[in-house]
Amino acid sequence: MTQLLTDYLPIIIFLGVALFIAAALMIAPFVIAVSNPDPEKVSAYECGFEAFDDARMRFDARFYLVAILFIIFDLEMAFLFPWAAAFREIGLFGFWSMMIFLGVLTVGFIYEWKKGALEWD
Amino acid sequence: METLFAISVMVIKMAVVIGVLLALPLPLTWMERKIAAHIQQRLGPMRVGWHGLLQPLADALKLMVKEDHIPEKADRLLFTMAPIIALVPPFVVFVAIPFGDTVTIFGTPVTLYLTDMNVALLFILGVAGIEVVGLILAGWASNSKYALLGSLRTCAQLISYEIPMGFAVIGVIMLAGSMSLVDIVNAQSGWWNIVYQPVGFFVFFVAALAEAQRIPFDLPEAEGDLGAGFHTEYSGMRFAFFMISEYIIMVLMSVLMVILFFGGWHASLIPLPGSLIFLLKVCFLIWVFMWFRFTFPRYRYDQLMSIGWKVLLPLSLANILISGMFFA
Repeated sequence: MTQLLTDYLPIIIFLGVALFIAAALMIAPFVIAVSNPDPEKVSAYECGFEAFDDARMRFDARFYLVAILFIIFDLEMAFLFPWAAAFREIGLFGFWSMMIFLGVLTVGFIYEWKKGALEWD
Repeated sequence: METLFAISVMVIKMAVVIGVLLALPLPLTWMERKIAAHIQQRLGPMRVGWHGLLQPLADALKLMVKEDHIPEKADRLLFTMAPIIALVPPFVVFVAIPFGDTVTIFGTPVTLYLTDMNVALLFILGVAGIEVVGLILAGWASNSKYALLGSLRTCAQLISYEIPMGFAVIGVIMLAGSMSLVDIVNAQSGWWNIVYQPVGFFVFFVAALAEAQRIPFDLPEAEGDLGAGFHTEYSGMRFAFFMISEYIIMVLMSVLMVILFFGGWHASLIPLPGSLIFLLKVCFLIWVFMWFRFTFPRYRYDQLMSIGWKVLLPLSLANILISGMFFA
């Protein structure tokens, strides 16, 4: 328990301090900075144009695909980390189990590639 | 008495780390401008202080008092929150970084790190990943086309390069048999990991350039085509937050490379204190980051994505396979 506490307590304290400093720096300009907004200043930047419609428009579905691919591979990474840390104990059996898993994923990755999910033109 | 000593040591260490992290962007901006200038045969900032040494302080002051406006169509809450979310994670990550081995002060051993978790590497990659949320929120909340497009690009780039980066460190974890950074450094007291993991280092280095959003991968804020990317609408202190977070991430990437591949505080041939060696290596890598910025052109976006997915990812997978066969 004390081991756990000495290992992880600094993180909580550090997080608290970082948040506090960030908040303090964020509030400071309210006190010292000038503020006189006018309609031109607070309109969205669009190279001198009047912004003609809402900025939240449609965007390329490939960004969505990238995010999906990321989740798959990120999960794979979560499997790989403990596997690598225990690599010396699990030996050849562990090695080949992971290789089969990686092989299955690689097949999926090649399919994705051939389907053109990775193309940006 | 002993607990009191331990607590005060902890407080001092934390104060030092936070102080250094907060102050670090100042000398780094000066360094970057000077390196840029000298590479381009200019002098760079010269007016404020000796050779412009006080220029960063003047800049900081200017950013503090500058008007901090919020665009009228922006989502005010998210717009204010985004810089904090972008700044705090890279900061918190440094709690898990070891800066040196155990030293003895007043007859008591003091460790030069705040905590030595057994999952440190996972913690670092995980928490550093939260930064992306801040960037995409910034782009969304601004309600400006440049900001939205910039933040989408940033998000896709950062998550794409997080994968090769994670795969690249698998070889290092295999070598050390642990995810604790102290163990990883101590496993390199002989040969550094870069000798055993050259491919892993290459992948990690390229991914680190992309994660730090540095040239040749600074697409998120390509001035030429996107205004300033996700922080187009930000000014004053909020803009400074994004800048600080960017510099902190560059430092973080350099520190990680030193720990994972360049033997941390080990350098058996040079008789210097370990932490000094560590610092020199980190400074060298930061300099490499800056040198790259003024040497290479920028990639196109499709090239960026295909480097990440079609080159670095297969390369890092092959690296896992080969290093696994080697050590099995």
